Amino acid sequence: MTARVGVVTFPGSLDDGDAARAVRIAGAEPVRLWHGDPGLHGVDAVVLPGGFSYGDYLRCGAIARFAPVMETIVDAARGGLPVLGICNGFQILCEAHLLPGALARNQHLHFRNRDQVLRIESVGTAWTNAFQPGQEVLIPVKNGEGCYVADPATLDRLEAEGRVVARYLGGNPNGSQRDIAAITNEAGNVVGIMPHPEHAVEALTGPSLDGLGFFTSVLKHLVGAPA
Amino acid sequence: MPRVVVDVMLKPEILDPQGQAVANALPRLGVSDVASVRIGRRIEIEFTGEPDLDRAREIADKLLANPVIEDYTVRLVEADEPVDAHR
Repeated sequence: MTARVGVVTFPGSLDDGDAARAVRIAGAEPVRLWHGDPGLHGVDAVVLPGGFSYGDYLRCGAIARFAPVMETIVDAARGGLPVLGICNGFQILCEAHLLPGALARNQHLHFRNRDQVLRIESVGTAWTNAFQPGQEVLIPVKNGEGCYVADPATLDRLEAEGRVVARYLGGNPNGSQRDIAAITNEAGNVVGIMPHPEHAVEALTGPSLDGLGFFTSVLKHLVGAPA
Repeated sequence: MPRVVVDVMLKPEILDPQGQAVANALPRLGVSDVASVRIGRRIEIEFTGEPDLDRAREIADKLLANPVIEDYTVRLVEADEPVDAHR
C-alpha cells in the first residue's frame, strides 16, 4: 500500500507545493492538510513546510504552533508519528517544544540563499535512514532566521545522544551553534532541518537529488514500523 | 482601562545582531559614547474586565515570549498614566 504523507499549509506557507511534489517523487501519496482543520486524514507521516506562517508575526512559528492542526500533530508526534519540519517547519517544531532550542536571527542579519553542503551525522532517524553515516549532501539553504541556539547543556546532550542530524560544511550560513543544520527528538521520529531537501529532488530544478533521501527514508521507516 | 505591559527581551547570553547593527550605526550620527544596544519588544494588553497580571504572565509564557531565548516582565499601567512617560 502506498504511504500517505501529509503536507500542512499554513497561511504564508511557501514550500508546501514543493514538499508535496518531493513526497510524490519519492513514491508516496502526498495529502494536503490545512492549518485550520485538526484532522490528519489517516496520514502516516507529516511534513511542515518552509515559508512564513502567519507572516512570521511575533516570532517565526510562534502563532502556527497554536493552529488546530498542530494540536493534533503534537499529540501524534509524541505517539511516534514521523514529522519533518523544514525551515519554518523547524521553527514551528521548536516553538511547539517537540524539539529543544530555538532559531534566532542570522548573526550577520542577511537572508542567505545558496546551495549548501551538509554532513549527515545521524542516520538513525525516521527521515535519514537512507543515508550513510557521514555522507555529504548538497541542498539549498534559504533563511533569515536560521541560527540554531540552545543552552550549552542542551547542545551537549544533543551531541551525546547522537541527535545532531546534519551539520553545515564549507561555511556556516547563519551562525548556528556548533554548525547545526538539523536535529531530532529522543525517539528519532521528529526531525527539524533548516535547509530545504524538497528543493533538491529533480535535476531540472535542484542542485542535486540529495534531498530525496529524506523522503525515501520515511517510506523505509514506515515499512519497518509496526502498523 | 488599565493596561498590562509585557516587555520581552532576548536573554543576555543570546547575541542580538539587530542591536549590534544599531550600535554600529551610531558613530555615523556622531554618537561615540554608547557601549551596547539591545532590542526587545513591548506588548500592551487590554482586558475586557479587570486587568489580570497572572493571566498576562500565562499569555507571555505561552505565546508572547519564547523562554528558551527570551526573558519577559509584566507590569500594570494605569489608564491615565502615559506609557511614554518621557515624551
